[in-house]
Amino acid sequence: MTSPLYQRDREWHPPALAPDYKTSLGRSPKNALLSLDGTPSELTGPTFGHNDIDAIDNDLLRNYAKSGDPVGERIILHGRVLDENARPVPNTLVEIWQANAGGRYRHKKDSYLAAIDPNFGGCGRTLTDENGYYTFRTVKPGAYPWRNWINSWRPAHVHFSVFGTAFAQRLITQMYFEGDPLIAKCPIVKSIPDQRAVDQLVAALDLNATIPLDSIAYKFDIILRGHRSTFFENRPEGN
Amino acid sequence: MTQSLNYLKETASQTAGPYVHIGLAPGDAGFDIYAQELGRDIAGPNAEGQRITVTGMVTDGTGAPVKDVLIEIWQANAAGIYAGAGDVEEGFRGWGRVIPDFDTGKFTFETVKPGPVAGTDGRMAAPHLNLWLVARGINVGLNTRMYFDDEAGNASDPVLNLIEQAHRRDTLIAKGDDAMYHFNICLQGIDETVFLDV
Repeated sequence: MTSPLYQRDREWHPPALAPDYKTSLGRSPKNALLSLDGTPSELTGPTFGHNDIDAIDNDLLRNYAKSGDPVGERIILHGRVLDENARPVPNTLVEIWQANAGGRYRHKKDSYLAAIDPNFGGCGRTLTDENGYYTFRTVKPGAYPWRNWINSWRPAHVHFSVFGTAFAQRLITQMYFEGDPLIAKCPIVKSIPDQRAVDQLVAALDLNATIPLDSIAYKFDIILRGHRSTFFENRPEGN
Repeated sequence: MTQSLNYLKETASQTAGPYVHIGLAPGDAGFDIYAQELGRDIAGPNAEGQRITVTGMVTDGTGAPVKDVLIEIWQANAAGIYAGAGDVEEGFRGWGRVIPDFDTGKFTFETVKPGPVAGTDGRMAAPHLNLWLVARGINVGLNTRMYFDDEAGNASDPVLNLIEQAHRRDTLIAKGDDAMYHFNICLQGIDETVFLDV
């Protein structure tokens, strides 16, 4: 079990009810959340190891390829998982999923007219290394229309799921791409009240991490909740 | 001016969207990609204790089923020990993913009934599963708990007793017997489930 966590800043996260994102109207609790000081049920969490995944799982160019490479702009997505104390979070599971280069998801419920790519599944997973680093190789996803207003388009994005060491650190978010004009128009992005929190979701073009003549790169760091110090408390586990 | 505290800010949450299954349960999205999907067996083959089956449904503020939800379960074993916090049976992770039927919204999962868990203050928590819900329209994953209606310890459970409106405690208590339990989760409305800021 880990030490207690910093309180989640609910003014930094999107509120449950964000009326311009229509689906949130019927799926947002109206009662206040019940605040708990961390108990063992939330300060523990599942852990994963290299037996759980395969080395190819973080290579979306290859992990579903049948007859060749997927169509699209080849990209490296890399970064670190840190906590709010800027400490790396090692050996934690990072899972991603995304649309293909045409903006189509491989999902039985997606019927967008853009084509399925026979060589692209659209999901990957990896464990951070001892310094909290992760890397994926994939194609840049396309923007796509969705039913919110009659003419709503999602900016290109990659969904990220991260664990940390405590179930209360569990986080799902979306990563956007530097320079995309659709970011500022998206009701899901704009559910976040603080522009600085939005900026934190926009991966920067990282020319230093590109592979020349092969793949362009974007860097995206993910921050999980930090552990509270236990000064003057008789807790052997410390931070 | 003062010195800077230099803390980083937690990355803001964004909805998991309707296609969360691609990333976290691709078999349910309709394709086979990983040698092993994670979270398909909560308790593992060697878990001791009572095997139970839980059925239920998540509903929205109009009473309609939330068919695209994904629920994660985190639980202790029958001795009240969380994996990673003490000795548990080989293969017991106590974590899994539950995906409802896309047409009906009904879910079913199997696990073992957890034991009571000792809190940091020594008070005992009644047996419970920890749940985390994500879906399209849910901007930050929702935490809640599922207790069991045949457990006497519910009356003194520290979390249930924190709920001010006593009748709302029932929203966290699964009904059942003989190893079959039923638990609905209501995102909004008169029967709204109690959700937790953990």
